[in-house]
Amino acid sequence: MMLVAHYNYWVVIALMMIGFYVVIVQGNLVKKLIGLNIFQTSVFIFYISVGKVAGGSAPIYDPEVTLYSNPLPHVLILTAIVVGIATMALGLALVVRIKEAYGSVEEEELQARDLEAEDAQQKENQC
Amino acid sequence: MTLLALLVVTALAIVWLRDLFAAVMVAGIYGLLSASFFVSMDAVDVAFTEAAVGAGVFPLLMLAALAITGRYEDTRHKRQLSSLVLVLVTGAMLIVATWDMPPFGAADAPAHQHLAVRYIQDSPQEVGIPNMVTSVLASYRGYDTLGEVAVVFTAVVGVLCLLSLGRGTTQSSGPAAMQGHVVLRVVGKILIPLILLFALYVQFHGEYGPGGGFQAGVIFAAGIILYTMLFGLDSTRRVVKPTLLRVLAALGLLLYGSVGVVSLVAGGNFLDYSVLAGDPVAGQHLGILVIELGVGVTVAAAMILIFYAFADRGGDGGA
Repeated sequence: MMLVAHYNYWVVIALMMIGFYVVIVQGNLVKKLIGLNIFQTSVFIFYISVGKVAGGSAPIYDPEVTLYSNPLPHVLILTAIVVGIATMALGLALVVRIKEAYGSVEEEELQARDLEAEDAQQKENQC
Repeated sequence: MTLLALLVVTALAIVWLRDLFAAVMVAGIYGLLSASFFVSMDAVDVAFTEAAVGAGVFPLLMLAALAITGRYEDTRHKRQLSSLVLVLVTGAMLIVATWDMPPFGAADAPAHQHLAVRYIQDSPQEVGIPNMVTSVLASYRGYDTLGEVAVVFTAVVGVLCLLSLGRGTTQSSGPAAMQGHVVLRVVGKILIPLILLFALYVQFHGEYGPGGGFQAGVIFAAGIILYTMLFGLDSTRRVVKPTLLRVLAALGLLLYGSVGVVSLVAGGNFLDYSVLAGDPVAGQHLGILVIELGVGVTVAAAMILIFYAFADRGGDGGA
């Protein structure tokens, strides 16, 4: 009983953790954004699951239907998806600029490059 | 249930794949699966949006970006055990938290007890349109939606600042037109007018069935982006001019805001459509129609502009 009652939420958590893992472990910035997308979608699935009423119908008024699923989470997630893709595009634009400035989108290389630049500047100051 | 299991499998495949091109393709499948899941959860409006965004616009944007950043990720870095432990511990704690959640689908869960009851019972009479999602989105939570359209607009301004400033828009050839693929071109020519027509239907039928400005905007943009993939950036830019799109993106948001100002002038609250016409329900109809149009125009223009910016930057590798 317990398993069926909370199955959706557990899948949401599994997806969320997969996205989280990609974001913190993978070094490639594009891959990180894909991971962020998985994370984001898991939150969408969570909201929509919460809004579902067993036996309910889609929230479009019909005189013959008495039980509807909750329309509020649908509204929130509908707009969140479109806002999400717009902000994702902004993130991708930043990645593209990083690639053009550093020649790489791997986190470790970027950090190494930054350290080199810092060292060079310190030496310059000492001279 | 099966859909959710498939979602987990595709998500794991995305983690596993080192080839980012393949990972993006699997992400498209992931988007389509989640759209199907939303249909089974009665969230038809959300499913529309997710199908167009998750399986359409998102993979295409990612591909356009991959053309610039490179297809393969660096495999040298090691998987850190500590991160895996952190992820597992966080997941375990979240699962413990679900024990206090009401069972899935329970009609007496707290989430269904407060606002939703009023929306479901009163909105068909008060706003006068059958689709409750549209009436909540456009009328009850009009402020919220105005803010969200503003976020989309701001994101576009940001992308254009990052990618398009300081570069002419004429010198690059854009994604290579698929000149050789006759089948693709013919099928595209048949499908694209239908996609655009469907977008308009979704836009103006949003009060009675699933649909509305956000869905129509992304579907319309997906149609134009498909055209770009098949016939090249240059020929698309001759039809849909970037300057026009920039004006439209701002105009849609302005249209939305103006409805609010007009309702203020007419003696109501900001974005209170009841005062727009003699009859409150007719006023609500008019207001929702106009602001949904504003949303649709801004979202469609924004998505196409973003795609142009990436395709332009990537030279001829985007397709």
